[in-house]
Amino acid sequence: MNYSDKQLNEIKEFLYKIADDQLIIGHRNSEWTGLGPLVEEDIAFSSIAQDKIGQSQHIYEILHTLGEADADTIAFTRPAAEFNCSHLTEYPIGEYDFSLMRNFLFNHAEQIRFEMLSESSFEPLANLAKKYRGEIKYHTMHSDTWINQLGRANDESNTRMQKALNETFNLALGIFEESGNEESLKKMNIFAGENILQEKWIESVTPRIKAANLILPDKSNWKPVYGGRKGNHTEYLEPLLNEMGEVFRLDPRAEW
Amino acid sequence: MKKSIDPRINRLDLPENKDGKEILHALEEWETYEVFHQKKRGDQHIHTGIVHAANPELALIMAKEAFGRRRQTANLWVVRSKDVTASLYEDADIFLTTPEKTYREASDYYCMDRIRKYQQEHGIKDRKEDRRKKKESD
Repeated sequence: MNYSDKQLNEIKEFLYKIADDQLIIGHRNSEWTGLGPLVEEDIAFSSIAQDKIGQSQHIYEILHTLGEADADTIAFTRPAAEFNCSHLTEYPIGEYDFSLMRNFLFNHAEQIRFEMLSESSFEPLANLAKKYRGEIKYHTMHSDTWINQLGRANDESNTRMQKALNETFNLALGIFEESGNEESLKKMNIFAGENILQEKWIESVTPRIKAANLILPDKSNWKPVYGGRKGNHTEYLEPLLNEMGEVFRLDPRAEW
Repeated sequence: MKKSIDPRINRLDLPENKDGKEILHALEEWETYEVFHQKKRGDQHIHTGIVHAANPELALIMAKEAFGRRRQTANLWVVRSKDVTASLYEDADIFLTTPEKTYREASDYYCMDRIRKYQQEHGIKDRKEDRRKKKESD
């Protein structure tokens, strides 16, 4: 299919936000490596972090075929304002309850987004979505199991998970910030839209939150945290990018 | 109650008795699960190691990365270690004479010469031998 320049830019923006979310949450989760609550979980959570970074790399490679710079340059040299990640992914890791809850809310959105994308008319994206279906399924299995365990284990763990949910929920709603290209992407049959994704996401997380003895914040208190998709970020993103790209920038032409 | 090195456990404020000790033990020492790995569907599950976990579901989640992340995997089993009934090492003498019982091994029987003789007498082709020769000539 041939795209006009305008359409191509809309596709690129769409790819950037998906990949940037994965790269930044992947980097955040990797900060737990060596600090996980037990060695088995340390390995599992680190693997999940690697998976997410690997998925973003694949999307950056697709972007490269559309005329953008190579994956490493895209990942390590852009300033914060050129990132399209949601605020949810940028926040520091906090304590393990926060990181687990963030991952839980993010994973379900990612899983449903990829299910929707497996039908996309943009073939590289449809193939990618099919390829990573199992990987992402494991990520949701991991977070679902932990949320269920810690939501029900005892009062302290339940209180902490509820607090983590309250802290992350409005941030997670920010995942679904619209870009202004929704209609066009829909017309091209590339993506059905953020509002549909959000509806499906609510359907997916609600029963799991209930089963874990946790309470979904009341709809009257939903205040999505937007801005990330437009390049407006929290104060936490820039230090993260500085650290993440530090070694790459020592010698951008080095062979790895 | 003796202080734990884990502040989360100290915050539970457990009673100074046997119950308290038992609760503490359960919280500090998670159960272990034996992990069995199957490479391909239909293969046997082979014991591959142990993970700590709070329940069987979490044990599977842990086992997937602890033992499946670097090799082909079709399926995993986890079994609570305490559900395994094992023989005793002090009874290991029950296995002592096993290595001597070579009559239980196929290699202990010399019968190929008799099979070949029978094949020749009855004009039966040795397909295995044919295959070997074909392979050599290829």
